[in-house]
Amino acid sequence: MSNSSTIANGAAAEEHHAHPAYQRHHFETIEQQFDATNFAMWLFLLTEVMFFGGLFTAYLIMRNWYYPAFVEASHQLNIGWGTANTGVLILSSFTMAMGVWNAEMKRKGGLVLCLVLTFILGLCFLGIKSIEYHEKWEKHHIPGLHYSVSSFVNPASDPEVFAEYHDKPLAPDMAAKTEMYFFLYFAMTGMHALHMIIGICLLGYLIVRANAGDYTTGHVTYIENFGLYWHFVDVIWIFLFPLLYLISRY
Amino acid sequence: MSEIQAESHHEHHIVSPRVYLSILGVLFVATGLTVWMSFIDLGEWHFAPGLTIFWNPVVALAIACTKAVLVVLFFMHVKYSTKLTKLTVVAGIFVFLALMGMTLCDYFSRAWGRW
Repeated sequence: MSNSSTIANGAAAEEHHAHPAYQRHHFETIEQQFDATNFAMWLFLLTEVMFFGGLFTAYLIMRNWYYPAFVEASHQLNIGWGTANTGVLILSSFTMAMGVWNAEMKRKGGLVLCLVLTFILGLCFLGIKSIEYHEKWEKHHIPGLHYSVSSFVNPASDPEVFAEYHDKPLAPDMAAKTEMYFFLYFAMTGMHALHMIIGICLLGYLIVRANAGDYTTGHVTYIENFGLYWHFVDVIWIFLFPLLYLISRY
Repeated sequence: MSEIQAESHHEHHIVSPRVYLSILGVLFVATGLTVWMSFIDLGEWHFAPGLTIFWNPVVALAIACTKAVLVVLFFMHVKYSTKLTKLTVVAGIFVFLALMGMTLCDYFSRAWGRW
């Protein structure tokens, strides 16, 4: 009895022929495992597309209904800061992509360096965003918190923006709709920033594990899929930037 | 068994740093271009009574779409992925556009939209 079970175990061990330790037993090949996790990550990203899609759709509808309010409210955003943040985020996507390459090439030092750079660039993005948010706070442009329409019913009271755009005063009922613009601005950029914060936290964890040599053994799934998440957040910003900052000059 | 493996077999493609670097360059150029274009009045086109196309937002969104496609294809490796992943991505974009398109058609074609 004990003899036959030993033989059976031996046969089972035989069937578990050489494969890397990180290949789960329910996958036939490592390629199959990679494709399955890649597919799953994309399904998650599609739910994110639908989530942000609702916000984008709301923005387009409100922008069409309250067009003058949305144009003048957009003029409050600083294109310089927006461009800087776009550059920072694109650069962080590049460093993340290079991180994936380093993991694939099993270069531990390069991987850690790329992840740390991505981490720092992510923090830069949030720093610039907080400068912009702070300005909104000072100007009472936070919806629901002592919101003030004075920049819109009396544009000359806001000399910096007025010098650039020479906006005409809005009627009080239209000026009130600028609050809707800022509501959507904070909902969209805030939700994007939340994704950045989650990404940065995950990056901290990945840096520690990468430093311990966990992702340079040929098992790149975690780095690859985190990269997908990070690039997705970049894609969201690629659309937020023109919609919120750029398209209201003419 | 071996047939199934052969069918599902898919070489993991490693994208070279040179590709990443050139995509980074194109993305930076496109960002500069879209900011520059936003400072120019591109005008409008009245192609039917009551229907006007403003070119500034069209150009800005076209550049944004180009940048997003480059990120998805190269940084996110979809160009080198399995057909399953490609189909998933395209299906996601299609469903998003269909849902948004139908919602916008509904909102913009109702008289009660204006209050």
